[in-house]
Amino acid sequence: MASITEAGPSSPLLAQAESSIDAFEREFAQARRRSRRVWLIGTVVFLALFFLTTWFSGFFDVRMVTLEDGSRAPRWVIPAGFSLLDDFVVKMLPTLDFSSWPGFWASMDDWFWGLEKWLGLLLESILIAYMATIFGIFFGFCLSFPASRNLAPNNFVYHVTRRFLEISRTVPELVWALIFIFMFGPGPMAGVLAVGLHAQGALGKLYSEANENISMRPLEGVKAAGGSWFDQVRYGAVPQVIPNIISYSLLRFEINVRASSIIGFVGAGGIGKEFYTALQLQEYTDLSAIFIIFLVTIGIIDWGSEKLRHRIIGLEGRT
Amino acid sequence: MEHASLRLENLTRVFGQTTAVDRVSLDIAPGQFVGVIGRSGAGKSTLLRLINRLIDPTDGKVTFGDTDVTTLKGRALREWRRDCAMIFQQFNLVERLDVLTNVLVGRLAGRGFLSSMAMQFSDEERTMAIQALDRLDLVPQALQRAGTLSGGQQQRVAIARALVQNPRIMLADEPIASLDPGNATRVMEALRTINKEDGLTVLVNLHTLDTAREYCDRIVAMRAGRVMFDGTAVQLTDDVVRDIYGSEGLEEFNEAVTSTAARVRETA
Repeated sequence: MASITEAGPSSPLLAQAESSIDAFEREFAQARRRSRRVWLIGTVVFLALFFLTTWFSGFFDVRMVTLEDGSRAPRWVIPAGFSLLDDFVVKMLPTLDFSSWPGFWASMDDWFWGLEKWLGLLLESILIAYMATIFGIFFGFCLSFPASRNLAPNNFVYHVTRRFLEISRTVPELVWALIFIFMFGPGPMAGVLAVGLHAQGALGKLYSEANENISMRPLEGVKAAGGSWFDQVRYGAVPQVIPNIISYSLLRFEINVRASSIIGFVGAGGIGKEFYTALQLQEYTDLSAIFIIFLVTIGIIDWGSEKLRHRIIGLEGRT
Repeated sequence: MEHASLRLENLTRVFGQTTAVDRVSLDIAPGQFVGVIGRSGAGKSTLLRLINRLIDPTDGKVTFGDTDVTTLKGRALREWRRDCAMIFQQFNLVERLDVLTNVLVGRLAGRGFLSSMAMQFSDEERTMAIQALDRLDLVPQALQRAGTLSGGQQQRVAIARALVQNPRIMLADEPIASLDPGNATRVMEALRTINKEDGLTVLVNLHTLDTAREYCDRIVAMRAGRVMFDGTAVQLTDDVVRDIYGSEGLEEFNEAVTSTAARVRETA
């Protein structure tokens, strides 16, 4: 102890150590202040935008509602809307006969009167999604390499493929469907093209992001051995991104099944048309029947593809 | 195979403000085992990449026999890269492919598009690959994923890949820098065998002086992109070493510190 204090003032080494700790304290306090300021500004900006948006979209509106005693009173829009949901749900409920088994089956039969037709259309929707997914995987895969910053052979190709993918995914499936119906007439083909084109844009983007995260070393190895650009991509890049590609593609299939059931609204094939008709004719029990069939199918597909995806990711983890 | 000599004339490469390789001129006779030494950032790696044309020179020329390497394009360039095999510090294998396919990558130059994309190789090519793996004692691992191998094994796979290229020159960029001394020795011995048995010119970047002294017929030392020394191991005296590594590099020219010699003698 004594020796340290003795050495303290005279030792240049110890003096230097003290001042560098002081400097650290100063810099640390500065960094703390800076991060607190950034956090504060971030919070204020976030809250301001949040309230602006909710106000803009009418979350705080007040609406006149009819009360149970018949009088009218102003109420906040959100609970007011929920009370209307009851009506809708009640209309969708079928009248089922629970008194006997034969009676129950007869009433179920009545509810699902169009089961055969609906299942057929649902199968059509799934097939549209399947074809569209294959279409999207193929073109998305091919275009993802020139659309990756680290792999693109040159800037021109990079920007052209990027913009093309952007356009094909920014335009919604419904709009593509309208265009293709105009070109090729209503039916499943327009649906396949519409969903496929959109899927291509979305998958191409996801694939290219996977490509941008790969290690470039294997590609350099292939290049140094005399491989062409295609060889570098095939041998260096593709093996690295295959698990990602499979996972994204299965996820896309799930999304495409939903999309292909919607585009029937405009006549591009599948179950959507029936749904739309039921809505138009205010056949609420039909609506609920189709909805249930749809929900079950989507559930099965999601569950199956999730199992498959996890298996693939699990396989990756082991090797 | 006919072996021409490799000639570098005023080879220069500028990256922004820094001149990584500054007017390097070298004449490398066929069959020589040349070591390039120098501190990190001295331009050793850039020099090798310029020869293989992984990067293009700002100025100067590389010729091999009568061929002007610096003007090659397209297919001719890919064939030059095949003739001038290269191995890397980080091995640069495709870790998710098996060892055999990694070796077959050495046969890609000049193959058809479709068969390459389908990863279809002929029986002769597979035979070549297995023979190369056999020379490096790696046949039992041929069907394993390259990523599951140890660093030393991966580097030997990279050498096998270089061998099936039927190269005229072998470039090695810090081939032993990420290996433990035992594996480093095996890799250096493999390069020496190739040099002696196949008569291949070997040009290797090293950062351990004693390895350079042990294996190289000729040592080229670089500092700040320029060649500071060019001669045999005996000519590389302590004074020259101090010159190359600079006064700040006090530890670096202390050979005992960077030494792998103890292990080299043990295994030899």
